[in-house]
Amino acid sequence: MLTILFDGIAYGMLLFVLACGLSVTMGLMNFINLSHGVFSMAGGYITAFLINRWGVPFLLCLPLAFLFSAALGMVLERTLYRRLYARSHLDQVLFTIGIVFMAVAAVDYVIGSQQQTVKLPDMLKGRVDILGGSIGLYRVFIIALCGCLAVTIQMLLVKTRFGSQLRAAVDDPRVARGMGINVNTVFAITFAVGSGLAGLGGALGTDILGMDPTFPIKFMIYFLIVVTVGGTSGITGAFFASLILGIADVGGKYYVPQIGAFIIYALMVVVLIIRPQGLFSRSRGK
Amino acid sequence: MSIALATHDLVKNFGGLRATDHVSLTIHTGARHALIGPNGAGKTTLINLLTGVLTPSQGSITLEGDNIIRLSQHARVQRGLVRTFQINQLFADMSPLQSLCLAVSERHHQGRDWWRVAGSNKAFVDEAEDILARFGLRDVMTQQTRLLPYGKQRLLEIALAIACKPRVLLLDEPAAGVPEEERHEIIDILADLPKDVTVVLIEHDMDLVFSFADRISVLVNGALLTEGGVDEIARDPQVRAVYLGESGHE
Amino acid sequence: MSMTPTAHQMMLDQARWRWSESLFWLLSLGVLFAFPSKALLFSQIAIMGLFALSLDLILGYGGIVSLGHAAFFGVGAYAAGLMAKHGLGDPLLGLAGAACVAACIGWLTSFLLLRGSDLTRLMVTLGIALMLFELANRMASITGGADGLQGMMVGPVLGLFSFDLFGKTAYLYALSVLFVLFLLARKIVHSTFGLSLRAVKGNALRAGAIGISASSRLVAIYTLSAAFAGIAGALSAQTTQLVSLDVLDFHRSADVMLVLVIGGVGWLYGGIIGAILFTLMQDWLAGITPQYWEFWIGLVLVCLVLVGHDRIGAAVKSMVARLSGKGGAA
Repeated sequence: MLTILFDGIAYGMLLFVLACGLSVTMGLMNFINLSHGVFSMAGGYITAFLINRWGVPFLLCLPLAFLFSAALGMVLERTLYRRLYARSHLDQVLFTIGIVFMAVAAVDYVIGSQQQTVKLPDMLKGRVDILGGSIGLYRVFIIALCGCLAVTIQMLLVKTRFGSQLRAAVDDPRVARGMGINVNTVFAITFAVGSGLAGLGGALGTDILGMDPTFPIKFMIYFLIVVTVGGTSGITGAFFASLILGIADVGGKYYVPQIGAFIIYALMVVVLIIRPQGLFSRSRGK
Repeated sequence: MSIALATHDLVKNFGGLRATDHVSLTIHTGARHALIGPNGAGKTTLINLLTGVLTPSQGSITLEGDNIIRLSQHARVQRGLVRTFQINQLFADMSPLQSLCLAVSERHHQGRDWWRVAGSNKAFVDEAEDILARFGLRDVMTQQTRLLPYGKQRLLEIALAIACKPRVLLLDEPAAGVPEEERHEIIDILADLPKDVTVVLIEHDMDLVFSFADRISVLVNGALLTEGGVDEIARDPQVRAVYLGESGHE
Repeated sequence: MSMTPTAHQMMLDQARWRWSESLFWLLSLGVLFAFPSKALLFSQIAIMGLFALSLDLILGYGGIVSLGHAAFFGVGAYAAGLMAKHGLGDPLLGLAGAACVAACIGWLTSFLLLRGSDLTRLMVTLGIALMLFELANRMASITGGADGLQGMMVGPVLGLFSFDLFGKTAYLYALSVLFVLFLLARKIVHSTFGLSLRAVKGNALRAGAIGISASSRLVAIYTLSAAFAGIAGALSAQTTQLVSLDVLDFHRSADVMLVLVIGGVGWLYGGIIGAILFTLMQDWLAGITPQYWEFWIGLVLVCLVLVGHDRIGAAVKSMVARLSGKGGAA
């Protein structure tokens, strides 16, 4: 059972890295973004490309995937997404669905629909026994890396000036602007970092979750569940929501495979009934 | 004289902030009661508590003797407790005629009629038209509300409340933002309100308050400072201090 | 007879049947005789139009953004399909069954939509649709799973008109159902109830302040919308004699959203006109790039939003209004 728990934790950590950027940007600009998965896809594909074509070592690919996706995010935010902040939620939904469809079809056309594979470094292959449960070394690596990232991000949010500007802007953009905080720049940077993290998550997840053109659509629901269940007032909500969902999903699929996928949807609906604003946000419906 | 609206020890806390501090009010039927106080005194919060937009942390509210704490906003309206908003809350895409026909229909519990065309009941439309005429809105009654000038929108704001045939009417700064020349329209409307309707008025315009009200309650920092007839309040040194600042600065 | 209309007349005028509407419906009947070979395509359009109409009820009049409306379409399709498979092949009976099942699920889930933000509603509707998809997938023994439902035996409409290979019966059947339900929707939308929905959508705070209970109105319209969508799904099942998992797929929810937006949200005809444009576009694009047509759909969505679909919709609406002599803002 511990093996399942470890798997669930690894999966949850991965979900966290993938979704935390979305959590912050949705909370920050009240912008419903269904295309977040596109940046994960970018990270996964660039990693596969670098490893398979140019033989770049896996560990080096990770920061490269981050930078690539962050850059992509920054460009798209400045040119396209920025225009949608003031639009209705319906418009945002339609627009970002459009982006996903285009990206998915484009990747399918240019690269093809086969699964991307990455060659993991030898030191990450193999399993280890902890406390009686066994876990793959790669998953240990993921837990460690994502855990460090979570701590780093939280430190950045809480201890740095940028972090407090971000938190002020999330709390009340109008007041933040009135205090001289350049909310647009804050958002641009946050969006870029969030997209970068999504890309990093995509790179990390290629081996475990698979990477093909349908990734953004398949996993969109997971990201959104993390954001909805976790609330949008900070990353702690996303962190715990990801862990809960990761463990519930892996556990559910193992113990009750008949209704495996059902469990996280049901969990989400239940949470939304009890606390529509998410489990961890300070009550503030938008 | 019967009591139209009363609160007992009403409290509202927002986290650490006490917005409404043990407010006990008694308002008699047919009264013209004004609620005044400096900005941030909690006047709109009190209205929100009375109408059910906010739930009190403590205390009770009675409407004509019935405890209405558990009633939803729309249920209170159906009992005759109607309010207007300080910032216009109108149906921007509908016309005044449509808005008022709807309010009149709802009052007659015909709001759920899904078969007959809206406005097919001539009596309802006539009533809506009458109210609009009284408010000087008849000539714009089929225009989209969002296209109306602010003064007319403000009149519509009150007309919509009147269409609900309120027994107790809470007016939140009805003259807010209305230019001097147009204020008399609002004042005339208020003077024309039926005598059996109880009116509670929040206002900053002291001329309006003194000409309209027969009793005044003063709210400061969420609590009732004092209450009394118009002359009493006008001469009360505490009230003047609150509005004009501490006497030491004179 | 007075020259200026009375207030009463002006209110009634909004719901008046315009000659352009009669023209529209006569044309939609006429195309069958003009292009008899395209009957199956036309019935597809009619069904999509009904599906989009159902979405318009909650989106255009209720203000609920739903990413999972295919849930009701799919449930209706499976209901009718299973009824046809197990001996209850009468089409109208199938429609009734589908409407009931879909309405039940709509009613039950509507309560989840009353609290929370737009995002919450989006997620709940999406979640419900995904759960139903998974359910249908798992219960493959009943639903046929990914292979689809086999062995549907759909009887003749009203016991008289069998479904023919060319789709003529299918189209006349679908068009009739669409027309009847359209009339019903039109009645509702122009009624006091419909006006109250507009008020709730426009300013929920003020709607409450004039005595309207938003929750019960939204539950009612959501349930009705689910029933309509269920009937659309049943029509699809009956006219194609096919039901597979894709009736519950996310793409279907996204497509119907696009259809409605193309035609214009909030004026009932938008769904039908959108269905016409969408299906013709789909047909044309499928001929050019059968595999990657998703790209073009995405592009259309992006462009529509950037250009401003409500501006397009408003322009179309005012053009139609001017043509049919409709006056006033009402």
